[in-house]
Amino acid sequence: MSTQDIVLDREGLAEVPVIEPGHTLASVTEKISDIVLVRPLSIGWVAGFLACASLVGVLGVAVGYLFYKGTGIWGINIPVGWGFAIVNFVWWIGIGHAGTLISAILHLLRQSWRNSINRFAEAMTLFAVMCAGVFPLIHVGRPWLAYWLFPIPNTMGVWPQFRSPLLWDVFAVSTYATISAVFWYTGLIPDLATLRDRATTPIPRFIYGALALGWRGEARHWHRYESAYLLLAGLSTPLVLSVHTVVSFDFAISIMPGWHTTVFPPYFVAGAIYSGFAMVLILAIPVRAVYNLKDMITERHLENAAKVMLATGLIVAYGYILEIYMAWYSGPKSIDWFTVHNRFFGPYAGPYWALWICNIIIPQVLWIKSVRRSPFLLFLISLVVLAGMWLERFVIVILSLHRDFVPSSWGMYYPTKWDWATYFGTIGLFLMLIFLFVRVLPMISIFEIRMLLPEAEAKHK
Amino acid sequence: MAQIFHRSLNLYTKASILVALVLGGAAFAGLMAFERSPYITNQGITKPQPVPFSHQHHVAGLGIDCRYCHASVETSAYANIPPTKTCFNCHSQIWTNAAMLEPVRESYRSGKSLVWSKLNDLPDYVYFNHSIHINKGVGCNTCHGPVDKMPLMYQANTLQMEWCLECHRNPEKFLRPRNQVFNMEYKQPTEELPVTVDNVAYTEQEALGKALTAKYHLRNVTDITSCSTCHR
Repeated sequence: MSTQDIVLDREGLAEVPVIEPGHTLASVTEKISDIVLVRPLSIGWVAGFLACASLVGVLGVAVGYLFYKGTGIWGINIPVGWGFAIVNFVWWIGIGHAGTLISAILHLLRQSWRNSINRFAEAMTLFAVMCAGVFPLIHVGRPWLAYWLFPIPNTMGVWPQFRSPLLWDVFAVSTYATISAVFWYTGLIPDLATLRDRATTPIPRFIYGALALGWRGEARHWHRYESAYLLLAGLSTPLVLSVHTVVSFDFAISIMPGWHTTVFPPYFVAGAIYSGFAMVLILAIPVRAVYNLKDMITERHLENAAKVMLATGLIVAYGYILEIYMAWYSGPKSIDWFTVHNRFFGPYAGPYWALWICNIIIPQVLWIKSVRRSPFLLFLISLVVLAGMWLERFVIVILSLHRDFVPSSWGMYYPTKWDWATYFGTIGLFLMLIFLFVRVLPMISIFEIRMLLPEAEAKHK
Repeated sequence: MAQIFHRSLNLYTKASILVALVLGGAAFAGLMAFERSPYITNQGITKPQPVPFSHQHHVAGLGIDCRYCHASVETSAYANIPPTKTCFNCHSQIWTNAAMLEPVRESYRSGKSLVWSKLNDLPDYVYFNHSIHINKGVGCNTCHGPVDKMPLMYQANTLQMEWCLECHRNPEKFLRPRNQVFNMEYKQPTEELPVTVDNVAYTEQEALGKALTAKYHLRNVTDITSCSTCHR
């Protein structure tokens, strides 16, 4: 992009535009909808889709064998009864947080730059929550009993334990999934109507027509749409903070050293947004290159995402340091100090220090402006952050469990090939859904981008 | 190009929300009923037996006590299915040539047990002990139903966990004096027919149940509804 195209915003500060000049209302519509309706299938897309679909096959085999044999095929055993399933669940749910933050909170704060990445981020959120949802359903080992998670009237005459954070978790995640899906779909309706009107063959016209729910673009429709969207944004906003807070309660409510910490809720939320923005960058950077969308997902978007990562990464660092401080403050003979000492020098010191390098040390290069504006470097750093956030959950879950109060109940945890197959399988599932999404739905919100154009601005006033 | 969907279809879209709610509710109610139906629980269903043994005839007709056959019920987890010899205490003398009883005689001759179909069958993950229930004042027919009116045996209750908990959560609603446990005609106390325990006449089940709870030293409800009481 050319940095000469400087516009002045309301405060008169120079800013890089959120959309490159030269677009008209028609050209925006055409460009985004043509990706879905006109663009032929490329070899790259088919190859990528098939590669991800085969990973989903791996997931199918891993889950099928799990249901046949039971959770004994995983590496879990006493004392480490929570292994990859919970690590991956928390990781995926965290990744899902960026979508709602971008679409709801930034919408309420009138950050119009979010218009070109919100659709995309919300889709990512939904798919991440789906991947997360796989783990609670399969970790019971007997999936036909997975409905026990929910308070459904049953012949056993018992309810789930309402005092357990694991049940709060079920509510938090299912609420989040529902609201995210409704929010996403509501935002899609005007664009689905655009696709319906632009499609030329009967099957897409039928499908998009049915999904558009009779949208005609009347003033009345827009009025109701705006109210509904604002209300949903208001509903989603507390969820951004509450969901990962409740997930952190799974740990913090227990009395396990390494889990029983009041700093968990804020630092889980920050970590979730941290990994979520990393995933947004990992997806946005290749997509804007492949589909030639650099004029809509500009370097300003990348830079803003990098700034969010930098800020949330520092909150996460604060959490890590506070854990060490609290252990030190508890005294050298406390179990907390033992836990920290064990993290530093114990059998899992490798993952622990890798966590520091990935999550805290490497991302500090984001202070440099040229790094924030380099898509290639941002892509690499985002990968490092995702690895770091996964390690964080590994450290929290495994390292806290493997050294108990009593040395006789110490043990080690080694993930099996089935653990890895399930984990990589969900990554395949996630990417496969993303591949489908970019080809069947407008990955950038057409009408919200049109609002960013000078023509629209003039009519508003 | 004309639209595929005419705008009059919008009404159907809205109506479909209502239809989905009604259908969803009906499906839920249907499932709730289905999982409690005899198809799932076997409640009220007889099974083929080697001999069509009638509890009605032996209990109500002849007045034989439960414990004559189910001898270990007061002291053991299992009530016990009697050995063929128990049948032969009488049937060596009466109905000795009845064709219906040929499997019993064959069992006696060969020494091979009769293989009855078990009707009141709890899952293997449930620990159940007859003796504790008998000794705390739970009547046979409280769980097994009117056995004295069953020409062929069937399972009288659902045996689902919610049914067990009905009593474990409120045992005082079902207790009776120990000497009435095997009485198939026992009725809970009323104004007209009080039940006397330790020279006190009780006219209401609630008062009787409380007295018996104390007298028989029942564990408290928290204890008897703890998971590991039954799932050991």
